Amino acid sequence: MNLMKTLFGAITAAAIGGAAMAEDPVKVGFIYVGPIGDGGWTYEHNKGRLAVEEHFGDKVETVFQESVPEGADAERAMTQMALSGADLIFTTSFGYMDPTINVAANFPDVKFEHATGYKRADNVSTYSARFYEGRAIQGHIAGKMTESNKIGYIASFPIPEVIRGINSAYIHAKKVNPDVEFNIVWAYTWFDPAKEADAANALIEQGADVILQHTDSTAPLAAAQAKGGVIGFGQASDMAEYAPFPRVSSIIDDWAPYYIARVQAVMDGTWESTDTWDGIGPGMVAIGEITDAVPAEVAEEAMAMKAALADGSYHAFTGPINKQDGSVWLAEGETADDGTLAGMDFYVEGLTAEIPN
Amino acid sequence: MITLERRPEPSRMWQAMTPILAVVLTMIAGGLLFAVLGKDPFEAIRTIFWDPLFNPQFASYSRPQLLVKAAPLILIAIGLSLGFRAGIWNIGAEGQYIVGAICGAAVGLAFYPTEAIYIFPLMVLAGAIGGTLWAMIPAVLKIRFGTNEILVSLMLVYVAEQLLASMALGALRNPDGGGFPGSRNLQQYPSAANPELIAGTGAHWGVVAAFIAVIAAYVLLNKHLLGYQIKLTGQAPRAARFAGVRPNVLIALCLGISGGLAGLAGLFEVSGPAGQISIDFNSFYGFTAIIVAFLGRLHPIGILLAGLLMALTYIGGELAQFMLGIPSAAIQAFQGMLLFFLLGVDVLSNFRIRIKRKQVA
Repeated sequence: MNLMKTLFGAITAAAIGGAAMAEDPVKVGFIYVGPIGDGGWTYEHNKGRLAVEEHFGDKVETVFQESVPEGADAERAMTQMALSGADLIFTTSFGYMDPTINVAANFPDVKFEHATGYKRADNVSTYSARFYEGRAIQGHIAGKMTESNKIGYIASFPIPEVIRGINSAYIHAKKVNPDVEFNIVWAYTWFDPAKEADAANALIEQGADVILQHTDSTAPLAAAQAKGGVIGFGQASDMAEYAPFPRVSSIIDDWAPYYIARVQAVMDGTWESTDTWDGIGPGMVAIGEITDAVPAEVAEEAMAMKAALADGSYHAFTGPINKQDGSVWLAEGETADDGTLAGMDFYVEGLTAEIPN
Repeated sequence: MITLERRPEPSRMWQAMTPILAVVLTMIAGGLLFAVLGKDPFEAIRTIFWDPLFNPQFASYSRPQLLVKAAPLILIAIGLSLGFRAGIWNIGAEGQYIVGAICGAAVGLAFYPTEAIYIFPLMVLAGAIGGTLWAMIPAVLKIRFGTNEILVSLMLVYVAEQLLASMALGALRNPDGGGFPGSRNLQQYPSAANPELIAGTGAHWGVVAAFIAVIAAYVLLNKHLLGYQIKLTGQAPRAARFAGVRPNVLIALCLGISGGLAGLAGLFEVSGPAGQISIDFNSFYGFTAIIVAFLGRLHPIGILLAGLLMALTYIGGELAQFMLGIPSAAIQAFQGMLLFFLLGVDVLSNFRIRIKRKQVA
């Protein structure tokens, strides 16, 4: 392995040395978990990439690889990208965490940025968005809009990020509608239109008239449209093609400002390993247009909550909140700290399901 | 008018030529596909077939990766080819691969964190047994009830995938994994790890096993009675029965061997390159190996070469994706063309093309 490291080191040193001397463009690579046409998660990351290209013009060159499985193949994809002379590589899915750390160790001069993970190194930063702030607004709208009082939730993997979203949506739905029930289906995929459609149909069959999703395709919205009378939200991307109904609003991930800032840092030589977790305030999370299908007063309340989340006057997890087992998590007026949120592995009181394990 | 005339026996020349012809046709059709997508077809083909091997920037890394990617394909395809020769169609190698990986990893994880030299051999054994037993389900059902092994083995892939998901979420999940599905990483557990044996070569135990399998299959087919029986059964089932072949034993043997090898491939993958049992651990090796088996003409040496070629299209395909911006779906279509053209031009080894004048009535 040592031989390999030296070899890699030598190659990258040569590549980067050459780049610096010739004033070549900064090469930025992206590893995507889905196809760029998924209409959700990967689509938005790719929009961030295009924004980088537009912002820097000839000074950057971007490359990407889509639909990279989270495993041995990811490690190879990153290594080949680093060997091709990339200076900065964004790995945009949680499952790339260990591969990113492994490959980064072999390429000390290449900068890596891993989305939604928690492992860092001298040349590995992490970044994520406070999607749970958007979930709070979604929960509010969902709680007001449901008539059957049954809300279906298509979850992906039982990791803290997803559990946080379920809790945030539930707390705010319950606040405006004490009778609301959440029915959670685990799809165990980030992107699989067929599975997502099955999950949506199953939830609708069980009486849900609002579908929330933490998966990346538009299939649940298509299922809601086919059924009629069921609403949903755009996930990760605006999914405006389903507006004004069934898509009544959306959570949009806007990675462009972050990507541009990080590329700039590499150009300036000021790049450092950091941990970024931005929400509505800094603009990493945006709320898509709330359509006319939502009553005006509900839309106004939602926008007021958005403003409060943005200026920090309201935190999406403000006590009193009990855990599912009835024990006190947050006292009256207390807000959740980032550490607990980052590792959240429990449901809040009122959710009847169990986290699979 | 063009007619096809069945040859009295398959043409040896065409049998050797069709894989090469299929590769050439794939390059042409793939080149057209890439051209339609607005990419330079020559550059694309060069990136896929040449760069992983000879581009100084990538070759030192890509060449060893070729072995890493080819080893499971070869190992599985060798097993499948024995059955295919005898007309026993194991389509479910993907499932046997998964079950082998689960059984092998489970044995390793059961010993965690004990360090001992016997752990890895036990895992290898468990992997082979797991794959064999999974393949014995279609074998027993076929022998006992005459069910179709194609359907049963294929359906069992989906059962195995569900089993894999439940293992990654339940019994084998990493207790220190923060709730994320997936087992402990076996690469970080020395007694259970399947590391590179010689640094920089990519060769792990699975590569060694693949080479042994190629040699063993070659000897079996050419020097051993069982190999003769397999070939005879494929060519003339009735004659084989007169020659003393017991079909039921042959079904069990062929499915068992192919399942065992697929299980081994799964074990070597989970303890080596993949490192852990995860929900999407299986990466279609079991299905791709079917292409490899046919591309290699069901011949051990042919399979060795076909496995390396297939691995090359994977690794070169990845290069082409990010170097040239070719969509991953186009690369998959390109790989699919390989089997399509192979089956298409296979007609030439069994049939002769005759051009006849139209008969006047």
